[in-house]
Amino acid sequence: MIPGPFSYHRPATVADAVKLLSTLGDEARPLAGGHSLLPMMKLRLATPGHLVDLHGVAGLTGIRRDGGKVVIGAMTTQHDLLASDEIARSIPILHETALLIADPQVRYRGTLGGNIANGDPGNDMPALMMTLGATYHLEGPQGGRDVAAAEFYQGAYFTAIEPGELVTAISIAAPPAGHGHAYEKLKRKVGDYATAAAAVILTMSGGKVATCTIGLTNLSETPLLADAAAKAVIGTSLDAATLKQAAAAAEAIMAPAADARGPVEYRKHVGGIMVARALQRAAARAN
Amino acid sequence: MAKTHITMKVNGAEVEGLVEPRTLLVHFIRENLEMTGTHIGCETTHCGACTVDIDGMSVKSCTMLAVQANGSDITTIEGMANPDGSLSALQEGFRMMHGLQCGFCTPGMIMRAHRLLKENPSPTEAEIRIGISGNICRCTGYQNIVKAIQYAAAKINGVEFQEAAE
Repeated sequence: MIPGPFSYHRPATVADAVKLLSTLGDEARPLAGGHSLLPMMKLRLATPGHLVDLHGVAGLTGIRRDGGKVVIGAMTTQHDLLASDEIARSIPILHETALLIADPQVRYRGTLGGNIANGDPGNDMPALMMTLGATYHLEGPQGGRDVAAAEFYQGAYFTAIEPGELVTAISIAAPPAGHGHAYEKLKRKVGDYATAAAAVILTMSGGKVATCTIGLTNLSETPLLADAAAKAVIGTSLDAATLKQAAAAAEAIMAPAADARGPVEYRKHVGGIMVARALQRAAARAN
Repeated sequence: MAKTHITMKVNGAEVEGLVEPRTLLVHFIRENLEMTGTHIGCETTHCGACTVDIDGMSVKSCTMLAVQANGSDITTIEGMANPDGSLSALQEGFRMMHGLQCGFCTPGMIMRAHRLLKENPSPTEAEIRIGISGNICRCTGYQNIVKAIQYAAAKINGVEFQEAAE
């Protein structure tokens, strides 16, 4: 399997990359890690006339602390995230999630920016970024702008990115010290997308949930925030009845596709289980 | 489509070639360089048979463009033997522990295990299994591949290999 013909561009700066993307228009696609786009091109499901490879662009990699925030360059790989002490210390759920993405070889190439910007409902990072309240920095022909992860996803493969724009960095406020976290992902095998997955960030106070955010992966056309489910656990000690109520509230907003991972009813059912498990595991980690 | 001139280091030797942008790295290695040790399995980034080592990373060479490897330093299975031609610790491990049956996945397994042991010279069994989770073997059931990597780790670390009790 060989991709269709295309022209290859390797800009050295964000400005040049943006200029290429905006002048070449619809025929051009940015190439990050390439582990979604190149397989699609080999299957001829994608036939862009131009690839703008971002590997030569300066300043798109790296993880830095900026006050209470962690700023991650869009071309930072999953492997880089796993190797980062800053991530392990400040945003451990990001480490946990990266380890559940694909396999070691893919993680050396696959990038955080590619994972969040592709708009694939199966990608794990979008729901996590919404759960963490992350902000994406975009550069485009009209300059830079910031978009909240929660405002970014509009449909399957359909995002707030305007023509010529590029995600250059992801900014995440580090969750408070002592927070609990968990990313629960049900998958058929290593390397698979989630049949259902849930991200939970919470804080506990006096044995009861003080704050909670829940994100859902691959349970709709876009990643979801399960606000009603999160609200249902506030002030509780996550007893069995509460967990059941939270799972039901989360299931109520799920609209997964029926596919090889299972029929709709099954995927919603296991989606609820992922929510309950993530809540329990997050609470056990909180202090 | 115009061809691009690329150069890279493969197994210590400078090589060059003219490629279309769409040429995959694995095709460049097998067809232009005529090194057919790197196998093409699934062609869909799942099986790991095409794994090579690029600038200190294990990469599935069916999912990287040859032009992207311009200027890089690559090791393939052909570069894995010791300089005197004898088997490296990993190759010896696969032989001694019967880490292969049909052998199709073996080049990718060895290249992945090579990088795994560079990053983690004394992996646990679980770390080995996670470390090779991007490589599929349809013959062995993985048990002897894990033993082969344990054998190699012990040899590299200069300790005696002790097979775990079944």
